[in-house]
Amino acid sequence: MRFNLEIWRQFDRESNGHFESFTVDGIDPESSFLEMLDQLNAQLGREKQRMVAFDSDCREGICGTCSLVIDGYPQGPRQVTACQIYMREFTDGATIKVEPYRNSAFPVMRDLITDRSALDRVIQAGGYISTKTGPQPDPNSMPVSPETQKEAFDAAICIGCGACVAACPNGSAMLFTGAKVKHLNLLPQGQPERTTRVIGMVEQMDAEGFGGCTNYGECSRVCPQEISLDVIGMLNREYRKARKDEQPAHRAKMTAQ
Amino acid sequence: MREFWDSTIGKKVFVAVGGTILVAYLILHMAGNLWSLAGPGTVEPHIDEYASWLRNFGEPLVPYEGTLWVVRAILLAALVVHLVGVIQLRARNRKARPPEYPARRIGRSWESRLMMVSGVVILVFLVVHILQFSTLTIDVTPLVEGAIYANLYWAFQEWYVVLFYLAAVFLVGTHLRHAIWSVFQTLGVDSPERNGQIKAGASLLTVVIVAGFAAVPILFFTGALGVPIDNEPTAAVLAGGGGR
Ligand code: HEM
Ligand code: FES
Repeated sequence: MRFNLEIWRQFDRESNGHFESFTVDGIDPESSFLEMLDQLNAQLGREKQRMVAFDSDCREGICGTCSLVIDGYPQGPRQVTACQIYMREFTDGATIKVEPYRNSAFPVMRDLITDRSALDRVIQAGGYISTKTGPQPDPNSMPVSPETQKEAFDAAICIGCGACVAACPNGSAMLFTGAKVKHLNLLPQGQPERTTRVIGMVEQMDAEGFGGCTNYGECSRVCPQEISLDVIGMLNREYRKARKDEQPAHRAKMTAQ
Repeated sequence: MREFWDSTIGKKVFVAVGGTILVAYLILHMAGNLWSLAGPGTVEPHIDEYASWLRNFGEPLVPYEGTLWVVRAILLAALVVHLVGVIQLRARNRKARPPEYPARRIGRSWESRLMMVSGVVILVFLVVHILQFSTLTIDVTPLVEGAIYANLYWAFQEWYVVLFYLAAVFLVGTHLRHAIWSVFQTLGVDSPERNGQIKAGASLLTVVIVAGFAAVPILFFTGALGVPIDNEPTAAVLAGGGGR
């Protein structure tokens, strides 16, 4: 198969980027989108040109490292990770536009690679969970109902790829943060730090320059892990409650009338 | 409280609470307007009686128009909080997503995309509407203080006034369809199980509000509602006198 590619080229954070056109030919329909880009890079290497930089790691849809915007769709048009897109899904001769994520909290490092460490810092700001060390605990000492377990797991499967941020017209990371808050705040292990976790993560999210939610729901529509929009509802609820329940560092001293 | 307001989530909660107060008012206002459908009456139109009841409300415990002014103050506060919140959030969102790379539309509703447009139109409409029927400043048709029914009747004989009101009410509807559902999400009181009902409920409430508001100009214009008892605007009014 043959494709025309419009690819965003940008040398580093500081330089201005632009689209560059390439043609790739002899692409196997069964090759993945990233393999197609590998072929393009091999071709550029032979021509002694700078290769296109893009992120990938597992290439099996579980790590969340790949991060392309394909024809305007973060992670491609099929609600899977970019590495799970195959060239047979495109028509022969098609022109495909490939861009990096576009939001201020993810600066472009080179070409299609963005710095998504802001998401790591949001997780860090959530802090630890208290746990006991020592002998292995009794298996049933902390009961979790199957329903809770499933619900927490549905949030925990977020791979942190950042497609939600890339899809959001406001560059908001609330689907991501919501998923992270939900998975720990639902489980008994997450209870002691329930308040500080959500406050810390929301403050970090704002500090990183992510936008706010206007309930468009685009994030959930592109999420390769199909995280449901209700994690944002839960994030809103948890944050509101946390601010209400927040304990002052020290209660005021009481005196008589 | 300060930290809450400064966070994107907290600010949005203020926007939602302010918006909810405004929605609650819209429902009451719409219902109140329906008194005009009772027609010109025999002595005094029902809508005029209703208006004076609003003004006398709580008398003698509260002064004349006292309750009305308290409600107006609450509404103004709600509107200001709503607007300030929306504008600040919007500024943050634009910084977070550079406008030169707009996000492709994947599934967001057109009502949600129009929130800012419908909001600005509502604001403009609000000003015009108050200047017309409350302060009687925009006096395209002769308006008389306190003669609500007659004022409505004569204003809504003009096709362009009717069109303007219908267009504004339609945009209020587009604002509300996204807004009412949004409140549940912003306050975190929805759930996947209840989402269908909340969405349907938001649409239904929107239709009821829009239909209730739209009925008044339409029924006046089509002549379904009779001419005010005084029949013609009084000579004093035509001479630009105003007042009673
Ligand atoms: C009758 C007057 C109004 C009512 C009843 C109303 C109601 C609401 C409600 C309930 C929301 C949902 C809040 C949420 O997202 O949870 C909302 C959102 C919004 N309103 Fe209004 N509003 C009114 C006037 C305005 C005006 C005058 C503007 C702007 C000039 C405006 C702009 C917006 C915007 C942009 C949003 C979306 C906020 C967001 O999604 O982050 N509204 N409105
Ligand atoms: S490379 Fe790991 S998810 Fe795509």
